[in-house]
Amino acid sequence: MIELSNVHKSFGSNEVLKGITASVEKSEVVCIIGPSGSGKSTILRCINGLESYDSGEILVEGAKVDNKAPSIVAIRTQVSMVFQRFNLFPHRTALENVVEGPIYVKKEPPTEALERGRALLAQVGLAEKADAHPGQLSGGQQQRVAIARALAMQPKAILFDEPTSALDPELVGEVLGVMRKLADDGMTMVVVTHEMGFARDVADRVLFIDGGVIVEQGAAKSVLNAPQHARTQDFLHRVLHPL
Amino acid sequence: MQNFLRDAVEFMPILLQGVWLTVVVTIGSLLLSTVLGLLWALMRVSGIRVLTALSEGLINVIRGIPIIVLLFYLYFVMPDFGVALTALQASIIGLGIAYSAYQAENFRAGIEAIDKGQIEAAQTIGMGWWMTMRRVVLPQAVRIVLPPYGNVMIMMLKDSSQASTITVAELALQGKLIASSTFKNTSVFTLVALMYLTMSIPLILLVRHFENKAKRK
Repeated sequence: MIELSNVHKSFGSNEVLKGITASVEKSEVVCIIGPSGSGKSTILRCINGLESYDSGEILVEGAKVDNKAPSIVAIRTQVSMVFQRFNLFPHRTALENVVEGPIYVKKEPPTEALERGRALLAQVGLAEKADAHPGQLSGGQQQRVAIARALAMQPKAILFDEPTSALDPELVGEVLGVMRKLADDGMTMVVVTHEMGFARDVADRVLFIDGGVIVEQGAAKSVLNAPQHARTQDFLHRVLHPL
Repeated sequence: MQNFLRDAVEFMPILLQGVWLTVVVTIGSLLLSTVLGLLWALMRVSGIRVLTALSEGLINVIRGIPIIVLLFYLYFVMPDFGVALTALQASIIGLGIAYSAYQAENFRAGIEAIDKGQIEAAQTIGMGWWMTMRRVVLPQAVRIVLPPYGNVMIMMLKDSSQASTITVAELALQGKLIASSTFKNTSVFTLVALMYLTMSIPLILLVRHFENKAKRK
């Protein structure tokens, strides 16, 4: 349902994506791994139009992603995003954060949206925090609210941009747990992550990106357990055995 | 001191009429400057080059003209172009335009202080530019903008006295009229100063309240 073909993207003279071709099927969980600055996040940001790309093509359910075109709004409501730093709206409660999109963008009746919002917060284990402001929540709780906010748009896919990288280590599990449940429910997910355990257990496929190109890709277990490419081997070795 | 109190009792009613006009001019120009300032600020951050340039140009022109000249222009020159304003209208419009430049810079600073991630989060749930501003950016910017906004209110109160130069009989002009007809300069201008101060105090407290609130956030 998401297709990238030969996508190039530069920031000034720095070419961060050098011809990315990849696709994500419905209900598939794809993890993107790779060193910092390799272009992982940029791929996600191009898919929902937060960044424009210079050449190539990105299709979401057959519709071309162009962040200058009005069609981008429809694409964004189908492909939600969860950020590394949560980016919850600090002036609104958890529940208000969740229903903001449904009520103001999708124009759903507020009573229905609120009811569904509460159900979504319950789904991520935060039913009792509906009226808390983000500042009163831990990082893990904020990220779970952010996932509920993404789900509230009833998206066809969710993009996760290093969703656990800003969390204290003991809070990572609760967020990954919610994500695993989503994957089990058949949500299409593209996850940029450094959590190799999650990638191995939950992902269908792993893409290893380095220097703006896909160095290696394949079934999660084969890429992570038996990487073919030297750069992948080196990266995984350094991530899994930092000492 | 006794003389002063006697004078105070005698002049107070006339000065209070001036206070009324001072309040009208202050509130009127505060509202106008807020609306115009917000408009300039939104044009500035719109990302549309023509609007940004227009806003920048306007702000510089407005900033470069003394308030008093702006008032003279509106009151004495505009009639030549067929636009006759009353002194009160001219003073509210003049002060409103003059202050819109400072308001705009204040608002812009507040808007630009909002984390870019907030705007991206709004975009990813499908919000357009205006809805992002209205629902996400401006409500957060208000907290940042309020303390300097309070200071603008105090400056505006004091600068409303410039309306006296185009015959608006607000507090300063009433004082001048009484003083020049009674020669009781000391009593009259002390009273006028005290009255401005009295009106400023609630605003000063308001600014402190805003600052404490902003700090707590």
